Amino acid sequence: MTVPDGTAGPIGRPVLWEAHGITKRYGGVVALENVDFACSAGTIHAIVGENGAGKSTLVKIMAGVVRPDAGEIWLEGRPATFTGPAAAAAAGMSCVFQELSLLPHLSVADNIFITNPPRRWGLINVTAQRREAESLLAKLGWPDINPRLKIRDLSLSRRQIVEIAKMMARRPKILILDEATSALAAEDVSKVFELLLRLRDEGMTIVYISHRLNEVDRLADLYSVFRNGHHVDTFAKGTRTHHQIVQLMIGRHVERLFPPRPGYVAGGPPGLQIRNLNWPPRLANISLAVGCGEIVGLGGLDGQGQRELLLGLFGVLRQLRGAVEIGGQPRRIGSPAQAKSSNNRMALIPEDRKTEGLVLSLPVFENISLSSLRDLTTGVWIDRKKEANRVDAIVRRLQIKVGNVGAPVGTLSGGNQQKVVLAKWLLTDPRVVLLNDPTRGIDIGTKQEIYQLLRNLADEGAAILFYSTDYDELIGCCDRVLILYEGRIARELTGSDITETNIVAASLNVHSPLPAAVAGE
Amino acid sequence: MTNVRLLLRYNQSLLLAILLFLGLYGTYVELQPRGYDAFIANSNVNQGFGIAMVSMAQTVPVLTGGLDLSVGAVMTMVDCLASVVLNGSPLQLAWGLFVCLAAGLGCGLVNGCIVVYGRIQPIIATLATGAIFMGFALVLRPSPGGTVSGALSNVLTYELGDALPAALHARLFNYIPMEFVLLILVVVVVWLPFRRSVIGRGCYAAGSSENAAYVSGVNVSASKLSAYAMAGLLSAIGGIFLGLQTQSGEANLVQSGLLTLNSIAAVVIGGTSLVGGVGGCVGSIFGAYILTTINAMLQVTNTILWVIPASPLIQPLFEGVVVLFAVSAGAARVFWVRNRLELLR
Repeated sequence: MTVPDGTAGPIGRPVLWEAHGITKRYGGVVALENVDFACSAGTIHAIVGENGAGKSTLVKIMAGVVRPDAGEIWLEGRPATFTGPAAAAAAGMSCVFQELSLLPHLSVADNIFITNPPRRWGLINVTAQRREAESLLAKLGWPDINPRLKIRDLSLSRRQIVEIAKMMARRPKILILDEATSALAAEDVSKVFELLLRLRDEGMTIVYISHRLNEVDRLADLYSVFRNGHHVDTFAKGTRTHHQIVQLMIGRHVERLFPPRPGYVAGGPPGLQIRNLNWPPRLANISLAVGCGEIVGLGGLDGQGQRELLLGLFGVLRQLRGAVEIGGQPRRIGSPAQAKSSNNRMALIPEDRKTEGLVLSLPVFENISLSSLRDLTTGVWIDRKKEANRVDAIVRRLQIKVGNVGAPVGTLSGGNQQKVVLAKWLLTDPRVVLLNDPTRGIDIGTKQEIYQLLRNLADEGAAILFYSTDYDELIGCCDRVLILYEGRIARELTGSDITETNIVAASLNVHSPLPAAVAGE
Repeated sequence: MTNVRLLLRYNQSLLLAILLFLGLYGTYVELQPRGYDAFIANSNVNQGFGIAMVSMAQTVPVLTGGLDLSVGAVMTMVDCLASVVLNGSPLQLAWGLFVCLAAGLGCGLVNGCIVVYGRIQPIIATLATGAIFMGFALVLRPSPGGTVSGALSNVLTYELGDALPAALHARLFNYIPMEFVLLILVVVVVWLPFRRSVIGRGCYAAGSSENAAYVSGVNVSASKLSAYAMAGLLSAIGGIFLGLQTQSGEANLVQSGLLTLNSIAAVVIGGTSLVGGVGGCVGSIFGAYILTTINAMLQVTNTILWVIPASPLIQPLFEGVVVLFAVSAGAARVFWVRNRLELLR
């Protein structure tokens, strides 16, 4: 820990905002643990880290969106734990969020002055508001944005500009940008950077969160690295190389909990083949093949199209273009019902078991049999006995800890709930298995069982496409890893190339090959 | 030039509603055997005023992404209340008007509190409170009756014009119905200031994206609460008018249900999105008068679409069909949704 206390902050400037011992849990998952962090006036402070490192939680705490479970926060030497975003904004904290906080059906001017519009006789003065919006946008460098336009008619890049303008209208003390440049068009990026540097020189504090190290280098005075909810290090610009930063983000390895890989040999029977899959703007020209018996990992930062790829294959997305082959046969899949039909035999383990994976209020056994009811019916009636036998067998096979299969599935623990989702799909006897980050928020023991199960499925001949935000899983579990970046496959890693360093570098789209010293750590 | 185009584009649905109304009303006048005169115009505006009020009331909760199924009940309840309190000396009349408006506002605040602080879905909450408000109406008026001050009724409908110079009176109120003036008054005094207030904009913000509104620091609770309060107040104005029009009070369950149903249809026809965030009360007024005109045409031609013989018994069925069509047209956005999971939300 190198966070300094007292009045002199990093690089000798006075501390504006600081936090001591901050902890935040979501259910059983620790997002931040005992974090100390401080930022100083007139600096641009970059926060970097992997998925789930706790960056976004820190930002949400700064902006008053979530409250920490423990710890103290000080702003200009005064306690500053906020009751909500409005209170935080009033105190001078402004945050440009990753998911924009703009109102799509309201005009640019309305959005910029949403909480504090110019008023006359107590009512909003629309003319003055438009004029002020116009002059603010011009001052920031975008005189071409018409304040009358509604947000939904602007490009994503322009929306981001409006979001920044909205924050500037509040005259903040601290401006927080959470992945705020990820959607900017190239010509807007350098203008935004110039603006940020200008604001810094005028004395504003800027907290800048980005996955793009190259961009961070152009802006930041200071770096702070977060990993697994901990603040790992803070250092001045230029004191660490990219590769040192990447290593700080990764940290040490955890012990091995993956089943051995038999070593998939290419050239076996084809399982799933995709050619030129397009779903603008989230998927661009994706082509890949997963052989029978192969586990292919999907990696990359959150939201690079992995979720859309899996949903698209499973028939959830409309107007998806491209060719899909299963077992060498061309297929058109228009719905999940078709995807799981006996012709295709696909299964999707979805991301959110509470909304997409399970019917929480139904009992465990009805959840387990939900996708294979067709096999369990005689005429129009469900064969309860056959159902009970099947459910019993799979509960035993997966060792689902459940007292009574008649209990609502919502009463089970997270790990066991996920096993129920797996059980449901195993009963459909799938030959193509799509997994969307299936181990998120699950205890390590269950994780281990899930890895073993996936390997067994592969050995029985299933083709498995496995998206994970956990790099260890990609390394330990997969025969091959594809890294997605902005909707396209940025890199394919096989065999000994599947290392954390390579995955992180490819995820960040750092193009330069890594030196051997780092790659072999 | 581009700003004019934007203005047209952002008010597309409103313009469409106005055009539809003008077209329908033109057809109606053509069908009218006696041709157009001030008396017919007057009775048309009169017929539609109640629905227009209840539709304006419905608009505000819908803008926040909610719904108020109790607007018809509040209107009926205030009608019954008016038949009890709206009588006597000018002072008593003023007190009566105050009581009626306060009762409507109170009903709206109750709805708002249940939705905002009780976190109950608006449909369920207002369905239940609507039944309660109808219960109050029945307690006040177990059977149709009571009296509403004829003097006040006259003032509100025709006689106000008599105070004006005869020439001006003839020019204005022989052609422009008094209810029309009232309608504009409600829009200018109640709706436009609300729309221009920070809390009113909060309603649009909450309907557009509640999370974004919250994260932006908008007081979402206050806005939603005020939306239901507005609905109660506007319904009360409709109820007072109903009392003045009929000179009595009646706890008519069927009529209350139809008022609510028509209010939703009028809101949708008027260009307000049922998902929230887009639209306004002016469109709903046109929506209400489109529905009124369709019904008036029914009475003139005695047939539905010149084919099916019309009778008062078939009217609810017909109105249901009209509402269904209107709402389906408003739901056309599903054709553009590319992720099927979003259809289910």
